[in-house]
Amino acid sequence: MKPDPKPVKAPSSATVQSARTTAIQIVFGFLAVMPLLALALDEPFYLTLFGRVMVYAIAALSLDLILGYGGMVSFGHAAFLGVGAYTVGILSFHGIESAFLQWPAALLFSALAAVLIGYVSLRTSGVYFIMITLAFAQMFFYFFTSLEVYGGDDGLTIWKLSSFGGLISLDDNLTLYYVIFTALGGCLYLSHRLVNSHFGRVLQGIKSNETRMRAIGYPTMRYKLLAFTISGTMCGLAGVLLANQSEFVAPSYLAWHRSGELIVMVLLGGMGTLFGPVMGAIAFMLLAHFLADLTIYWPVIFGPFLIAVVLFGRGGLHGLIGRMGGKGG
Amino acid sequence: MTVVLLFEQLLNGLQLGIMLFLMAAGLTLVFGIMNLINLAHGSLYMVGAYLAAAFMQWTGSYIWGVLLALPATMAVGIVTEVVVLRSLYARDHLDQVLATFGLILFFNEAVRLIWGPQPQFIDLPEFLSGQIEIIPGSPYPSFRLGIILVGLATAAFLYVLVTHTRIGMRIRAGASDRVMAGALGIDIRLLFTLVFGLGAVLAGLAGMMAAPIVSVQSGMGEEILILTFVVIVIGGIGSIRGAFLAAILIGVIDTMGRAFLPQLLETFLERGAAHTAGSTIAAMLTYLLMAVVLFFRPQGLFPPRSR
Amino acid sequence: MAEPLLRIDGLTKRFGGLIACDAVSLDIAPGEIHAVIGPNGAGKTTLVAQLGGALRPDEGSVVFEGRDITRATPEERSRRGIARSFQITSVFAGFSALDNVALAVQAHAGHSFRFWRSVAGDAELEDPALAALERIGLGDRAGDPAGDLSHGERRQLELAMALVTEPRLLLLDEPTAGMGREDSDRMIALLDALKGERTMLLVEHDMDAVFALADRITVMTYGKVIATDTPAAIRANEAVRAAYLGTDEVA
Repeated sequence: MKPDPKPVKAPSSATVQSARTTAIQIVFGFLAVMPLLALALDEPFYLTLFGRVMVYAIAALSLDLILGYGGMVSFGHAAFLGVGAYTVGILSFHGIESAFLQWPAALLFSALAAVLIGYVSLRTSGVYFIMITLAFAQMFFYFFTSLEVYGGDDGLTIWKLSSFGGLISLDDNLTLYYVIFTALGGCLYLSHRLVNSHFGRVLQGIKSNETRMRAIGYPTMRYKLLAFTISGTMCGLAGVLLANQSEFVAPSYLAWHRSGELIVMVLLGGMGTLFGPVMGAIAFMLLAHFLADLTIYWPVIFGPFLIAVVLFGRGGLHGLIGRMGGKGG
Repeated sequence: MTVVLLFEQLLNGLQLGIMLFLMAAGLTLVFGIMNLINLAHGSLYMVGAYLAAAFMQWTGSYIWGVLLALPATMAVGIVTEVVVLRSLYARDHLDQVLATFGLILFFNEAVRLIWGPQPQFIDLPEFLSGQIEIIPGSPYPSFRLGIILVGLATAAFLYVLVTHTRIGMRIRAGASDRVMAGALGIDIRLLFTLVFGLGAVLAGLAGMMAAPIVSVQSGMGEEILILTFVVIVIGGIGSIRGAFLAAILIGVIDTMGRAFLPQLLETFLERGAAHTAGSTIAAMLTYLLMAVVLFFRPQGLFPPRSR
Repeated sequence: MAEPLLRIDGLTKRFGGLIACDAVSLDIAPGEIHAVIGPNGAGKTTLVAQLGGALRPDEGSVVFEGRDITRATPEERSRRGIARSFQITSVFAGFSALDNVALAVQAHAGHSFRFWRSVAGDAELEDPALAALERIGLGDRAGDPAGDLSHGERRQLELAMALVTEPRLLLLDEPTAGMGREDSDRMIALLDALKGERTMLLVEHDMDAVFALADRITVMTYGKVIATDTPAAIRANEAVRAAYLGTDEVA
């Protein structure tokens, strides 16, 4: 009997899958036509809001690659967001505006930061790893805070955005929106290939049982470090986009709250899935946005909500949609 | 760099170290015994400071404020444990991180809601606001000296409590083997609550003592919380002795680095560059130290003897 | 005797004051099934852990095929041809049985820094994996998540994961632990079928299994080796009887 060569995931029925596919199509369709909606409603702010949402979706997705697929709870992912953003800001400050220089440089520095942080942090595991990644992010936070030339505490305004030499202009909000949209799509596709590749299988094996992986012959440290680096680089890209979208960089991009929020997005959406972090980012940002409209004390509501999600939620939004699509419960 | 200045900074470092120890002792106990990573530990520091300020305004005395705020902080800690944290002991670290992150958001905003966005201030009683000349010609604020003394007394108290009393024996039994402790007839649930309450009091005490020096405001517990993590990681999780040594080490190194590194670098670099590089490195120093320690000793410098 | 495949010399491991493994020396000849027996706490699992690389010995050396591997990591040992099964069943619960074995194949099929092509459906991994599952009698469970398999089936799966790496030495830590009679008989039959084909170091409590399978037996008590000999000689050994084998335990 030829077995069903079904990979990795626990079996999920076809209806569950199709519910998820439908959800993905709806969300992407919505994001694609969002600018038209904003235009029709005469609410250009939505363009900015959803641009920001997608930037964080990329960051959350990058975190999920190591958190959800590799079991590495990084509590310092905002560091890469900051490194990416600051590379753009600092180069622009010195008059180097070409995106063809800025962007690769930003990705390179993010990757280097990830190798550095990963090389030390991955020697530990569990709660040590959580605390160490947090402390490293804090180190980068203080590093940028102490750079008085680049605004120190107050941050640095970016007067000239990344320039594509006349090809496209990021000064145009609509262009910028679709650049972010494309970047998100690209990152999702890359991640999809990655997690289903030989490398991705190894990564998931490490998450499931690292001792066993070493016993069957995998030098797990190398795979983890590479995954950490890929993740950090992708988060650096989110930083690049964030800098261009905000026209500003500040140490607050690396604040530890930000790292916490990225974890929240991943868990809210459903970790270990590709689309979960995207939905988590959307849900988190919109919830924060609308709660903030409601009361300036919105975290007083959001905090307990988060606790409730942890205590009672299962599999985040991704799981919820799956359950809604699946049978009756 | 005179000897007097060096001595003064040494005392400042000791004082920061003491604060860090009060935070780390509770955090490391809670982690070592309950296997709970509690990000909201800094919130208890903040709550302690706010409560001390509120009670001070009510009674007109800082001392009374602290005496009333201690049990009140313990009560806040115990309620938090019973309502939220208790359900998290069996969960993985990720869930704990997330839920206690939610707690931070809640506490930060709750104090703003109750006391308003403006910082609270605390007046020191006269006998604490003066200065003392420990070595001639170098007056040192008596309140800071008081912090050091109270902290050392607390450390001594903790040492006696954990090593020489029945409750301490239970705590150690609970830390090394929960099942066995249960078999010994120790009510684990109650023990956990008590330990958490103890940790809350220690964190609150640190906040109350910091309150007259720093401004009491929302989020004040977060910077010290992360520094406390560094202490615990360097000291070795679950070890009170390690937490004490690492706290003093970090306190002194951090303070000394900030005070002297820029001047020290002037011997190699020109003034402006030395200042910039000095303060940059000083701000990162403790984290660099942590990275180096971990690189060579992933279990920390003073891991608990049996775990 | 031919040059041993594995030579253990003076291996010592201490935990605080306790000596779990006390100057253990033994040779394993190519092709033999070598059983290690002894009462609980005799240091058998500590020995296997040191051979597999999970524990680092305090003293002594381990030489495999003429190479010193005393300080080698678990992954290096696996690459050199030592496969290990765990006393506590250790599989990738979320993966299908087939993927569990395919992951073991993949570990020995060059590096896995391959980022683009899908791993699912890779015949180079799945064909040998399926063959191994069929040999072990789990062919019809290939698509099921390993977490859904019974305890006995999971232990068989572990054996398949070890076999598929084509090891020259198999370290088996209580392969029949926690099994009922039926499952345990099947496992013994499986191991018996591998006799002569694979060299095995077998730690086992089940004396039926040991005396049915082993070419030679080493007896340990309190971290020390007290005898190494053929099954018949071990059965007759007075010191072994006194130290360990109660008269009724030797069937």
